Amino acid sequence: MSKNVTLPHQQGSTDAGPGEPLLSVEGLEKHFPIYGGFPFRKQVGAVKAVDGVDLQIYPGEALGVVGESGCGKSTTGRLVTRLLEPTGGKITYAGQDITHAGRKQLAPIRSEIQMIFQDPFSSLNPRQTVGTIIKSPMEVNGINPPGGRETRVRELLETVGLNPEHYNRFPHEFSGGQRQRIGVARALALEPKLIVADEPVSALDVSIQAQVVNLLQKVQSELGIAFMFIAHDLAIVRHFSQRVAVMYLGKVVEVADRDSLYTRPRHPYTHALLSAVPEADVDSAKKDRIRLSGDVPSPIMPPSGCRFRTRCWKATEKCASEDPPLVQISGNREGHLTACHFPEEPTLSRGKDVVLDPALAALEDGHTAKD
Amino acid sequence: MTTLTKTEDTPAPTGPEAFLSVRDLRVRFSTEDGVVNAVSGLSFDVERGKTLGIVGESGSGKSVTNLAVLGLHNPKSSAVEGEIILDGQELVSASEKEMEKIRGNKAAMIFQDPLTALSPYYTVGRQIAEPFMKHTGASKKEAKARAIEMLDKVGIPQPATRFNDYPHQFSGGMRQRAMIAMALICDPDLLIADEPTTALDVTVQAQILDLLKDLQQEFGSAIIFITHDLGVIANMADDLLVMYGGRAVERGSVREVLQTPKHPYTWGLLSSMPRLGGDLDEPLVPIPGSPPSLLNPPPGCAFHPRCAFTDEVNGGLCSSEKPLLATGRAAACHLSAEQKQTIFIDQIKPRLG
Repeated sequence: MSKNVTLPHQQGSTDAGPGEPLLSVEGLEKHFPIYGGFPFRKQVGAVKAVDGVDLQIYPGEALGVVGESGCGKSTTGRLVTRLLEPTGGKITYAGQDITHAGRKQLAPIRSEIQMIFQDPFSSLNPRQTVGTIIKSPMEVNGINPPGGRETRVRELLETVGLNPEHYNRFPHEFSGGQRQRIGVARALALEPKLIVADEPVSALDVSIQAQVVNLLQKVQSELGIAFMFIAHDLAIVRHFSQRVAVMYLGKVVEVADRDSLYTRPRHPYTHALLSAVPEADVDSAKKDRIRLSGDVPSPIMPPSGCRFRTRCWKATEKCASEDPPLVQISGNREGHLTACHFPEEPTLSRGKDVVLDPALAALEDGHTAKD
Repeated sequence: MTTLTKTEDTPAPTGPEAFLSVRDLRVRFSTEDGVVNAVSGLSFDVERGKTLGIVGESGSGKSVTNLAVLGLHNPKSSAVEGEIILDGQELVSASEKEMEKIRGNKAAMIFQDPLTALSPYYTVGRQIAEPFMKHTGASKKEAKARAIEMLDKVGIPQPATRFNDYPHQFSGGMRQRAMIAMALICDPDLLIADEPTTALDVTVQAQILDLLKDLQQEFGSAIIFITHDLGVIANMADDLLVMYGGRAVERGSVREVLQTPKHPYTWGLLSSMPRLGGDLDEPLVPIPGSPPSLLNPPPGCAFHPRCAFTDEVNGGLCSSEKPLLATGRAAACHLSAEQKQTIFIDQIKPRLG
């Protein structure tokens, strides 16, 4: 099938050992300009959606990217697939700098980096049949699999758990979960090395989410495809990824292997995120409550220094003046990087609640006073 | 104990303590494709100061139920039957005038998407003050003072200046807080929260959920909390109603339903959900298939096409006869109590870790 233009070997290498990263991102930036002024429109500012992101994805590995809305995780995904032009930084794919690569130079790489989109309703063309949708990446890239494209499409439909006879149906005839499967089949059509999945399950019903997560997991382990799995649901990311990066306001604040991040987080924001996840277990040991105040600040005027300092309970003047670098803090495992001046203890239990929200604090003081 | 967990020998009554009781509610919509039975034969009670959680997937009828409680369905295209009794007053047959007196006063609603639920044309303060003026006859000035007090209570900084802001000047979490302020301004006895945190981030969601809990303690209102997230429910609710295909399939206290679920659908929901503390090598166990179309629901139990345990029921009852939901702690399923217990202990419990 498709020639491995950039990576001659690696199929089936699922263990994500160090070694040559498949994709490496350094200081990646994307600033969306804001125009204003009269009578002459000029740039008056920029939305700093992604502002200095460093990431590595190794062959066959699933890297989870979590963060709240507006933290730049989707933009990072689109930059990596080069659907957006980076403002600064460097993207290296298999040793090749593709930061500002042109159309011609990208052509062989495009087929190796594929994307699965969030909304299965708007990412499939309603006027094309399923067969056409899955076939078109092969047509664009001039790939003629043995046995013909149609046979290959039917194979793909079977791989993702759809009936091959659905070849001539239209997207509206499918349910949300089935449509997302079509999206997966389309991404698999070119035998990619890396799939960027941007919130692939968040638009689906709870009972369907697990179907798609299992499918992606099967694809990842059987075909050895590396994943960048973008989601806001920490439990699903934990289930799917070997390594996890936490983003906040355009920056990676903590990245670690799954076990370290979920059991020994160091960044206060990671602590806050984990403590905020509601658990369906009534009797689970009560987690320490961390309730931040307010919302994420605007990426147009991000806070100076550490971006999380406006909502952090440990912030000092140092946090306002110095941007903490993303480094390995003593006591952390290899590859566990944290960007914080005053990291938390590497444990989940803190023994004390942190309630920063003024309304909550006032109400709860009232209650305890009454008791 | 709550009314929901009464033993079966007491008939399903509207006890004096049940503040809202819904009996055999049916909501139908006529569409071009046919009649949609969005809710059929639903009964539940909510007590003052308690929270009833309703979980279900999209299309399970949870929102439709609560719009019916507030009489928000268009009578031209929908038919609501059954009994809804709020504090002794029958609501299904109530006139629009009577409903107007109840909405926003005795019963209020928090909607899912605060951006579409707030009008972009009026200031946030005016929208919050409006129900107060209407229901109490307060002057503009009094209403403004009250609205600012409410904004402060829900944690909006500088409430006096924020009173004059428009919704687009608020962030998502602040809009949801404003919605809560609007719903609580008349001290409603019943608060219906329809997926109030689904559009929010986890850290903001945690703030809003805690805020709702604390406010409930202060105001003592009954809350109906609708969501699809079992984690949120475990945090918020006292009692739980699981809905599927327009019917209640299981009910009980939150603890009972989440720890010893009795319906195959609840089993499926619980085992398809990844947990933060769960076993990583265990794959998720999804529910096969997809939710039924309400235009032409499957015969018998609506869940039977997706159920793994239909073989255990004799005589193909699952596909021919609708299982009934008894009162109290119950599940609408043809499996016998012993079967449920063995299946749960042998097959489901190990998955939940």
